[in-house]
Amino acid sequence: MLYIFCPHCGSRSQNEFAYGGDATVKRPELNKEISDQEWNNFVYLRKSPRGKHLELWHHISGCRQWIKVERDTSTHEIFKTYKAEELTE
Amino acid sequence: MSQDFRLDNIGMVNRNKKISFTFNGKKYFGYEGDTIASALIANGVHLVGRSFKYHRPRGFFGVGVDEPYAILQLERNNERDPNIRATEQEIFDGLEVKSVNCWPSVNFDIGAINNFLRMFFPAGFYYKTFMWPPSFWYKIYEPFIRMAAGFGEASIKHDKERYEHKYEYCDLLITGSGPSGLASAYAAAKNGARVILAEDKPRYGGSLLTSDVNIGNQTGTEWSEKIITELKSMSNVIVKNRSQVFGYYDHNMLVMSERISDHLPKTQKYLPKQRLWYIRAKEVLISSGSIERPLVFGNNDTPGVMLSSAAKEYMKVYGVLVGKKPLIFTNNDSGYETAIEFKKNGVNPLILDTRKEPSSDIITEAKNLGIEIKYSYVVVAAKGYKKVKSADIAKISENKKDLSNIENIECDCICVSGFWTPSIHLASQSGNKSEFNEKIDAFVPKKSKQKENTIGSANGKFTLEETINEAFDKGYEVSNKITENNNKVSIPTVVEKKSSEHDKFWCVPLPKGKSYKRFLDFQNDVAVTDIELALREGFRSIEHVKRYTTLGMATDQGKTSNLNGLQLVSDIENKVVPQVGHTTFRPPYTPVSIGAIVGREVGKHSKPTRKSPMHEWHKKNNAVFVDAGVWLRPRYYKQGNETLFEASKREAKNVRKNVGVCDVTTLGKIDVKGPDAAEFLNRVYTNAWLKLPVGKARYGVMLREDGIVMDDGTTTRISENHYHMTTTTAQAANVLSHLEYYLQLVWPELNVNVVSTTEQWAGAAIAGPNSRALLMKLFPNTNVSNEDLPFMGYKEADLFGIPAKIYRISFSGELAYEVNVESDYGNFMWEKIIEVGKEFQIQPYGTEALSTLRIEMGHVAGSELDGRTIPHDASLEGLVSKKKDFIGKRSLSRSAFTKPDREKIVGVVPLDKKTSIPEGSYIVKDPKAKLPNPKLGHVSASCWSVEYDNPFSLAIIKDGKNMIGQKLFAMSPLKNKTIPVEIVSSHYVDPEGKRVRA
Ligand SMILES: [Zn+2]
Repeated sequence: MLYIFCPHCGSRSQNEFAYGGDATVKRPELNKEISDQEWNNFVYLRKSPRGKHLELWHHISGCRQWIKVERDTSTHEIFKTYKAEELTE
Repeated sequence: MSQDFRLDNIGMVNRNKKISFTFNGKKYFGYEGDTIASALIANGVHLVGRSFKYHRPRGFFGVGVDEPYAILQLERNNERDPNIRATEQEIFDGLEVKSVNCWPSVNFDIGAINNFLRMFFPAGFYYKTFMWPPSFWYKIYEPFIRMAAGFGEASIKHDKERYEHKYEYCDLLITGSGPSGLASAYAAAKNGARVILAEDKPRYGGSLLTSDVNIGNQTGTEWSEKIITELKSMSNVIVKNRSQVFGYYDHNMLVMSERISDHLPKTQKYLPKQRLWYIRAKEVLISSGSIERPLVFGNNDTPGVMLSSAAKEYMKVYGVLVGKKPLIFTNNDSGYETAIEFKKNGVNPLILDTRKEPSSDIITEAKNLGIEIKYSYVVVAAKGYKKVKSADIAKISENKKDLSNIENIECDCICVSGFWTPSIHLASQSGNKSEFNEKIDAFVPKKSKQKENTIGSANGKFTLEETINEAFDKGYEVSNKITENNNKVSIPTVVEKKSSEHDKFWCVPLPKGKSYKRFLDFQNDVAVTDIELALREGFRSIEHVKRYTTLGMATDQGKTSNLNGLQLVSDIENKVVPQVGHTTFRPPYTPVSIGAIVGREVGKHSKPTRKSPMHEWHKKNNAVFVDAGVWLRPRYYKQGNETLFEASKREAKNVRKNVGVCDVTTLGKIDVKGPDAAEFLNRVYTNAWLKLPVGKARYGVMLREDGIVMDDGTTTRISENHYHMTTTTAQAANVLSHLEYYLQLVWPELNVNVVSTTEQWAGAAIAGPNSRALLMKLFPNTNVSNEDLPFMGYKEADLFGIPAKIYRISFSGELAYEVNVESDYGNFMWEKIIEVGKEFQIQPYGTEALSTLRIEMGHVAGSELDGRTIPHDASLEGLVSKKKDFIGKRSLSRSAFTKPDREKIVGVVPLDKKTSIPEGSYIVKDPKAKLPNPKLGHVSASCWSVEYDNPFSLAIIKDGKNMIGQKLFAMSPLKNKTIPVEIVSSHYVDPEGKRVRA
């Protein structure tokens, strides 16, 4: 079971969190004309890298904040965690 | 009663307390502190089971977790506990154990015929013998294998025992209380670290209990007692015996299984049987010791052949002799220590040493005691079927290939020592890639992967002095990283006998013309010939050889067999062991009972039960409850002998005719607040929200980004920047996470906050033509007229002194209101509604009537919004704004979602107006069409229309819009029903929606 450092609460067990997938996906802006292909990429296409992955976790049984976690998908090593507003670019 | 094999003046069992138990129906006795194994051996019993494949007789091989043979079944109070190791289970009064894997009895076992048919059970027999003809598999092979295989029979009854879970945090977890565990725990504890010391056996001390050593002028036993007593008295230390750390998981989380009352007769009701500890440790010291390796020779699985260290422990800890004519077969000095112990207890052993001319302190001591030693000698084969009676021994040539001077000598046990294998399992589970140490012919941990260090003999350190020094240093070093106390304790002096180097020889060649089975894996009956066969058949990877032969795949995980297996493969392949590599160690290190893993999360405890504040009233009024998500909701209120069908019909009818009240507390409620709340809702919902006035509610639908409907509900504008959102009971938690996601990550510029208020409000839906009249009496000071409180209106009011909120919304399709009060007043509100409603013929109604009412109105719910439907499918397209953008909008223009014959919701009525249509039925054009019959759609919900007194269903079918009026068929292959039906509008009752606006 992972031990995740929540930037708001401190280190907590994985069972307080819900997984939220790739944190680098950017939702297309509202009211913007975009192709089927672009929209399809946003809704469905995700990389599944072996190694470093920036992903979202929701501290659902804690502060209820979405956080970003840089984790190695094969070793589970967590390098760093960020608040939602960090790493926006 | 005397015990033939019990020694008088040695051992740690409590001679003052006799304990009687039964084994295979026969009564035996032992002493408090005995295991089943030690007590049976004291009584001269060595035959305890039959082997897995050939059903050969099985005795005892070890003295702890490594035991491959003595696996028994425990029975008490008609309950069974399979897979009990006799070497670990302590005896208690009334204990009943049975042999497994034998029928009809351990002495006469029909399965033993496999032994004579063993040409049919070579390596890979599962894959070969049982493959042909295919039809034989289910009828003959599988039942046969199932009957003949396995170690005991799990109980099919509910396990009434209590198991618990515990979460613990510490600076340092130490696994094993041998010399390295004790020393490091002591050093770390004295340096102020929070320490957990776990020992799998009942007694602390590990090898100190059986070795002839001296630490700080005390014997090993005295020293370990002193250290343990001091550790126990320290507030920063938790010391646990009978506790096995069996798994090393990510981020330094280890799981330990504590056997709390397995060794006690059941007396205390609330004492758990076992407790599972989840321990998050900053640092871990693995001090799990090492396990002696067997030597391999003919019939080396005969009862009476056992590890020499086990024989020594039976003497020193239990005061039990494993035999009176022992033969010691060794390639190192450990066998001598056992021989010396025999000699001290008045028994004359014979030592066969594979080495030519070894010399050391220990060997000299053995010689001085007059013990007979034969050098360059081996056991060729054990003789005797159910117990060792003699052994063929021989002189072995210098190249270890040729045998000479074969002779038969009498003996009643053969104690073997093939040197030691470090228990690196936990280090390996942590991710530590081990390396092969040529000096000890075994793998040791390499570089730490997580925050773990391996010490003592688990790290290949076999002298006490090395171990103690390393452990004190490590205990200080890792604790000081955390505490920085710099408090170092002095290391005691150690006196031990020096030993000589071991011999790499481990497998005795077969004499000419003999084909003795030489076993490597004792639990799965894997012999030398099986490995040879697997390699001849082309298996090369050690992982494949393992699976093909089942080497090391038994419940003991090959604790005594892995290394010999690897050695054999590398010998045959002319490689060295590190080139062959080793298989992966995975948790658990020892078997863990399913009950311990499940813990207290059984039955009603497997998830929380949420009850509304009106729950007690419902109970008193004969409510029959149903699980709705995590909530318990009244399904119907039973009157007399009513069935569910009758009661729900009565309740629904009363809503249509008079007035009913339904507990809607379980609906999800979310407060949405902030200056940008309207803009946010406008993006979340498909319809327009910017112009909703204060004091008005609106029905809304929200989508996922893929265009699928996520949830629906009404949201009310309480004040300028404050909205009260409702969700379905099932989706409440998901919707909140969904909103938080967009606010925190996608549109952080919106100044909005959301918070769940589900539990803050108790809700009652008052529905039916009499509802306004009732409301006027409930709220005499509030104007609830149609003009002042129209459909989708909202008012704050006073309910007999209690502040209440009235929402004029309707799920039933009738004139209806939802009244909310703070949860603590929920029951008060409910009782007032019932009391005041009497004159209007009010009746409470449950979820079943609620369903009926919404189905005949064509209102969609979870069975239609099932994660596959877009707004169009549920006839909600009128709520989809064309002007503004919202979550999921772009998906709705994808081609599959805009097909002209897209599925749509319709109503379905049976032509005979009598036959109810099972939910899940297919709608088809021709019931006799060739299979697979093309299906138009499925029936999502069914009810008995109380308005028309006939069955009515909702279905989502292809091109639903143009199917109205068609005669089709509903087919339920599951219920074997085909019902002719007519497709009608989904709005079966009051299609213009006049009633809700009345
Ligand atoms: Zn948090």
